[in-house]
Amino acid sequence: MGLLSPDPGLVFWSALTFGLLVFILRRYAWKPILQAVKSREETIEISLAAAEKAKAEVEDLNATKVQIMNEAKAERDTLIKQARELKQTMLDDAKNKAQEEADKIIASARLQIEREKNEAILQLKEKVAEFSVDIAGKLLEEELQTTDKQQAIIDKYLQEVNFN
Amino acid sequence: MQNIRTIISLVAFWAFSQTIFAADTHGESIENEFDPMEMIMHHIADSHEWHVISYKSGGEEKHITIPLPVILIDEGVHVFMSSAFHHGEKVVLKGSTYYKLYHGKIYKTDASGSIEYGEDHTVLNKKPIDLSITRNVASMWLSVLIIIWLFTTAAKRYRGAPAAPKGVQSFVEPLILFVRDDIAYAQIEKDKADRFLPFLLTLFFFIWINNLIGLVPFFPGGSNLTGNISLTLVLALITFFVTNFSGSKSYWGHIFWMPGVPVPIRLLLSVIEFIGLFTKPFALMIRLLANITAGHIIILSLFSLIFVMKSVAIAPVSVLMSLMMFMLELLVAVLQAYIFTLLSALFIGMAVHSEEH
Repeated sequence: MGLLSPDPGLVFWSALTFGLLVFILRRYAWKPILQAVKSREETIEISLAAAEKAKAEVEDLNATKVQIMNEAKAERDTLIKQARELKQTMLDDAKNKAQEEADKIIASARLQIEREKNEAILQLKEKVAEFSVDIAGKLLEEELQTTDKQQAIIDKYLQEVNFN
Repeated sequence: MQNIRTIISLVAFWAFSQTIFAADTHGESIENEFDPMEMIMHHIADSHEWHVISYKSGGEEKHITIPLPVILIDEGVHVFMSSAFHHGEKVVLKGSTYYKLYHGKIYKTDASGSIEYGEDHTVLNKKPIDLSITRNVASMWLSVLIIIWLFTTAAKRYRGAPAAPKGVQSFVEPLILFVRDDIAYAQIEKDKADRFLPFLLTLFFFIWINNLIGLVPFFPGGSNLTGNISLTLVLALITFFVTNFSGSKSYWGHIFWMPGVPVPIRLLLSVIEFIGLFTKPFALMIRLLANITAGHIIILSLFSLIFVMKSVAIAPVSVLMSLMMFMLELLVAVLQAYIFTLLSALFIGMAVHSEEH
């Protein structure tokens, strides 16, 4: 059985060759390749982690942005509200003051008018009295020209006069 | 494109079968009688010369062969080219001894080159220690050159900053990662696996490339290196030594004093486990040898059909069937490399496994 009997020459050469091949490949091929592959895998892993971290940071940033915007909006709203209230109060104040002023003016105007009216009435009364006296004088002059009539008037007045 | 490729391969196979036919007809065999057994044995055995091609010129066989160095250790070292044997037709005198090349082996003989036979046709002549660079050794060195070129070229691309693989690198990197992740890391504890990675990687690619070279049907391929017991013996022995020299305490404990079983069974198990130490690499050796040699024998047998039947009509059948076999052998080439490496990793993994379970 030639097939199953090892040949010392080939055993020797293949052992030597395979040993040398392992040695050479380990030094010049496997070591650099495996190291490079490993470092590349690590690089990829680190990069992925960094990307993940960056993504998280961006999300954080976005959240902060939204928060800041919301705060700003809320502040704006309060400011606007306050301004509106302030405006309203100012308007109301002004209105009230104006009203008061107007009321005062109107009141004093009324007082004035009343006073002047009374004065006018007084003067009118005086004038009416003067005119009445004048007219009465003239009437008396006219009426008392006849005694009958004088008598009648005297009677009438006398009748009117109540002595109690 | 596919068709052209098929035609080219068919032509190549045809040329190959012609070569085998011609190659076999020199020496003892008679030209008109084709002996497939001898042709196949001649092909799968080792040889002291590297046959390139044979052709007929004026009714005479001409062989183009590359002579290889013969190195004999027999009262000193004798080195000469195998062409001195003239394909076994002449004896060579070195020192005071005559050497004859007979059926691929070198024997001591006398000036007339006589060979003595014992019972059942064994040769009784003494053999010198033969460290010749045979066809298998030359083929192995060719594979080594290819492997070194392939992987140092790829390794150069890894210099500098990490980048996406390119060129030959993108061809070898998935294979390297496959061996690393699916063979080494899968079988050996990860923190211990890195130490064995160079061995496993070299083993895988060495077997695979040599399997493939063996499948190339023309010069410089066609050698049956991985189907040769000398090589598989060496590889299995290396696995054996690597495994047992890195064996942990619990590994040896499990072999010689299996924990957790009664004493009589322990004794029995230690015997079985001890035998197992040797059967494991032995199975490795035989599996690779048998698979590769069987593939060569089947393909050669299919081609032999043409010459046994003495009809060209059978050629398409032979060619188609051996084409199928070639496809299968391409798979077997990588499969056997994978199995050998995987089992080596498995044995190493069992040996270095340290924790109790």
